[in-house]
This record gives sequence, C-alpha cells and structure tokens, in this order.
Amino acid sequence: MVDATPVVRLEGVKKAYGVGSPVEVEVLHGIDLELKRGEFVALTGPSGSGKSTLLNIIGLLDRPTSGRLFIEGRETSGLNDTELTKLRGHSIGFIFQSHCLISAFTALENVMMPQLAAVEFPNEAIRSRSAELLIQVDLTRWQDNLSGNMSGGQQQRVAIARALAMNPALILADEPTGNLDTKTADTVIELMRKVNLKEGTTFLIVTHNMGIAHRCDRILEVVDGQIVKASTKV
Amino acid sequence: MQTIFILIAVATGVGVIVFMSGLLTSLQANFIKRVLTSQPQIQLIPPDEVARPQLVSVGDLFVAAVVQRPGQRVRSIDQWQTIRDMLKTWPEIITVSPTVATSALAIRGAASRSISVTGIEPDVYFKIVRIPDYIVQGVPSISTDDVLIGTELAKDLGVGLGDKISVTAATKASRLLTITGIFDLGNKGANARSTYVALRTAQALANLVGGVTTIDITVTDIYAAETIAQSVQAATGVEADSWIKTNSQFFTAVKAQQSSNTLIRFFVGLSVAFGIASVLVVSVTQRSRDIGILRAMGTSQGQILRVFLLQGGLLGFAGSIIGAAAGGGSLMLWHTFSRQADGSEIFPLILEPSLFLYSVLLAAITGVAAAAVPAYGAAKLDPVVAIRG
Repeated sequence: MVDATPVVRLEGVKKAYGVGSPVEVEVLHGIDLELKRGEFVALTGPSGSGKSTLLNIIGLLDRPTSGRLFIEGRETSGLNDTELTKLRGHSIGFIFQSHCLISAFTALENVMMPQLAAVEFPNEAIRSRSAELLIQVDLTRWQDNLSGNMSGGQQQRVAIARALAMNPALILADEPTGNLDTKTADTVIELMRKVNLKEGTTFLIVTHNMGIAHRCDRILEVVDGQIVKASTKV
Repeated sequence: MQTIFILIAVATGVGVIVFMSGLLTSLQANFIKRVLTSQPQIQLIPPDEVARPQLVSVGDLFVAAVVQRPGQRVRSIDQWQTIRDMLKTWPEIITVSPTVATSALAIRGAASRSISVTGIEPDVYFKIVRIPDYIVQGVPSISTDDVLIGTELAKDLGVGLGDKISVTAATKASRLLTITGIFDLGNKGANARSTYVALRTAQALANLVGGVTTIDITVTDIYAAETIAQSVQAATGVEADSWIKTNSQFFTAVKAQQSSNTLIRFFVGLSVAFGIASVLVVSVTQRSRDIGILRAMGTSQGQILRVFLLQGGLLGFAGSIIGAAAGGGSLMLWHTFSRQADGSEIFPLILEPSLFLYSVLLAAITGVAAAAVPAYGAAKLDPVVAIRG
C-alpha cells in the first residue's frame, strides 16, 4: 500500500531575520506547501525571492520564525538540534549547486559520509552500498579518485549518489546544474529523474533554468517570499 | 603542512620537558644520593648539658649572675636500647643504627693525626652510610681490633692494609687497631679525619661502656624526614635532627630546582597547548565549508566536537611520542659525550619509564583541552552560513 502521508507539508511558514531589531526583514510570508511522495517539483523565482531560505527550512538547516513544518508526517518545531540532525540525515538528501563534496575524500568516501554519520564506524555494508550507488551514476571507475580531481559533471553525479546514500524520502537540489554545461546538465537531470522514477524519491529542485523546470511534474514560483504560481504538467 | 609544523612544535615541547626532567631528576637523585649515603636521614642526639644558676631572684631581691654554657662532654642517650627497639617497629622507618662518635689521636711512629672515631654495628650502619661502596682497598669488615680509615689519613700516617695504628681518645683510653679497609668518600677532609671502628671499641675509647652517642635512622620517604623526626622527638623525648634540617641550604636548593622544573614544564606545556589550539582554530576556519557539508549530511554537533577533540588529542599524542623519544635520546647522547676530566660519567642517568608515560599522557590531555574551544566553535557552526562560505 502506498503511503499517502506527504513527504513535506508547510503550514503558514514565515521566516524573518533580525527579529526584534529595527532592521527586521521578513523573507517568507506564510508559505503553505505540500510535496507528495515521488513528486518531481521545480522551485523557481527571481534571485532574492526566498527560494534558498525556503529550501533551507525544508532541509531542516534553518528554522522558521513561525508556522509548522512536517517531514514525513513528523512535526519538526519541537525537535532539538540533535533530533533535527538525525531526521535530516535519514529523510533528506542534498544536492548543491557547487556540489559541496569534501575534496580531500575520494568519490566513494564522499558517498559513504551520510551513512557514517548515522552509524559512526565504517563497515562493509556501507562500502558496498556506496559502490552500488556509484554504479548507478556511472562512476564505478572513479570511485577511488579524489573528488577534487574530478570534472564538474562527475562531481555532481557523486553528489547525487551521496544524496541517495540514506535512501531518503526527499532530495533537495539547489541549482544542481548551475555550474554545468548544457549537455552535462541534461545528463544530471536525466539521472535525477531516473532515480525519482525508480526509487520513488521526491525531488524539490531550485532552478532558474525554465527548460529544466518544464521537465518537472510541478513548477512552484516564489516571488517576494510567497508562492505566487503553481503549475502542474499536463 | 600545518599538521607537520604543529607535530614538530609539540615534539619539541615534549622533548624539552623530557630532557629537562630527566636531567634534573638524575642530577637531583645524584645529589641526594651523595648526601644521604654519607649521613643518616635522621639522627637522634643526647640533649645538651645546660648550667642552672644556683641563686634565683626572690621577690624584691635581685641576684646578678653570669651563667656560662658548660662544655659538652660525650654523653650517652638514655635508654637507647628501648628507643631503638621502639623505632624499629615504625613502618616509616627502615633502619635504626646506634653509634658512638668521639674524637681521638691516631699515632703511627712519629706521625700523629687528629681523627674522628665512629663506632658502629656494621650490619645496620652500612645500610645507612654505604661505606662498602667507597672502599678502595681491603674489606669493610670490622672486629673489635679493626679500623677503617680514609685514603688521606693512610697517606698522612704512611700506612696500608694490615698495618696497626694506635688510637688514643681524649679520655686517655688507647687501643692498637689493625687497618682492614681504606675508603675514599670523595672528600679530602673526610678522608683525612673519618675512621670507623666496632661499636664496643668506640665505647671503650669514649669511656661510654654500654652507651651510644647517636642513633642513626633511615626512612621510607626522605622528604618526610623532618616530619618523622618531629614525631620521633615527641615520642622519645630525644632531640632528633633530620637531614632536611641539617642540610637546609641543600634542601632549599633541591626544592628550588623542583619548582623551576615544574615551572618550565608548565610554560612549555602552555605553549604547546596554544600551538595546538591555534592550528585547530585555523583548521576550523579552513574547513568550515566541509563542516557545514557534514552537518547537512546528518553529522551531529557532538560528532563534530568529538572529531576536533580527537584531532587535538592525536596531535598531542603523536607529537609527544616523537618528542619523548627525541628528548630521551638527546639526553642519553648528552650523557654519553659529557664526561668528567677523568672520563667517568658526570652522574648516573635516571630515565624512568613513567616520565615518558606521563609526558605522553599529559600532552594528549593538553591536546584535547587545547582543542576544546575550536572544537566547540566548529560544532556550533551554522551549516547554511558555512556552506555558503
């Protein structure tokens, strides 16, 4: 039976900086949003509209000033830092624009990292799962290469494999193709879509590239801290 | 590169600590050995004789009198056998040796020399003052007609092993004694004056049959000698002088040396700690993005904290292993090549394994302590800010 619980639900989420000070700025003004399991969603909008802030809040890297956020049905406002970290580690994967790999680690070690954070000590199961993920992103030959020595496209594929390491329900991608050429960007989006369809993983992709946005199931447009338009692919 | 530099810094610091500590410990042990193997750690002596005025002031009547301090004759410690037997039962006391000390004239033909005669029970006295270690000719064995003399006295009297000398005390008592051993205490004056005879012989010379003038004691903790001496005095009523009291200047020097050693260790340790801390602060700054990534991937604050504490501890540990080996090696090298004029060693080198163990342990703890602030800073990094750079 398919789990109908939304992977992400936001209810009236607001975010302000400099709360209580004369320069208080509210960047998100009561966001309501629901992402269902297996959705492939694009988040667009002009720079400074609040996309990254929204992504950070959904990714449990930042806390909303008010409103409620549910990850896989679990309300997060009452969780402490340790609980948030654990939930983030298990339920959410990240793909950043600048891939954010640890350059001193090999591709394999980068993929092992989220699993190590969960269990503390490396074991063969972690190693073999990471190797399998690198097969999925077609980087078997490169697994022992230092990530700093790999091309942008290869690094982003390692980042995708790393995001999948804990088999999360949600992957947040912040401009995943921003630093890639068109051909490589296409390959990366294809790969993400393949994972989405095969694993049923929900993707929320922040992008300025409308070509990529139109390849998604749904497009959310954020302007001035509010979702002003939501369109669904027919 | 940073890691290599800080390892060198830690190793240098620990090396200095090991070198200094080993050197000072050896030097101090050698000084103490020299002092305490040529004298007892506590000595019980009979009370001084004092003159009591026959006339005292009564009421308004004032008596003018000059009370002269009397000359001190050789006296025995009252009830010394009881005192000796009691002290032998004290756990903090190792050896109790009764002795008789008196002055005499050693005569051989036309030559005569003023000497100090110490009557001893060799079995116990040699545990306190290790005369056998200083014997250069003959054996340290004394029967009632034997005497051990120093090298200078032997030279002055022109005598050797097996020769006889006449010893006449101030009491006019005289004995003809055979030289069974010649010692070198490393001090010309002591070699010219000191002689050792059997306790009975000295008692006869001092006209002190059945008595002793001192009771010599060694204790388990040489630094507690003064406290034990006070307890002995309180328990026996006999004046007890510790080596700390009789060598107060030497003891002060030893204490000063210990204090300076501790201070050197403290400040070197402090500089090592700041070195580790500064490297880790830089490391946290340089790796803040990586830390942010790790946090985003589910690494907890506690895990980040532990990583940096562990790094500090490992830096301290690894650096101290190298430093301890280098410090110990340098000291052994120095000891090998630094010789006295005659080629003998300056002093015996003491390198306790505990010195290395404590140095390594202390450096590792210092490393962890030094890492605390940067580690806390790393754990508290906001992942969003860190990733954004």
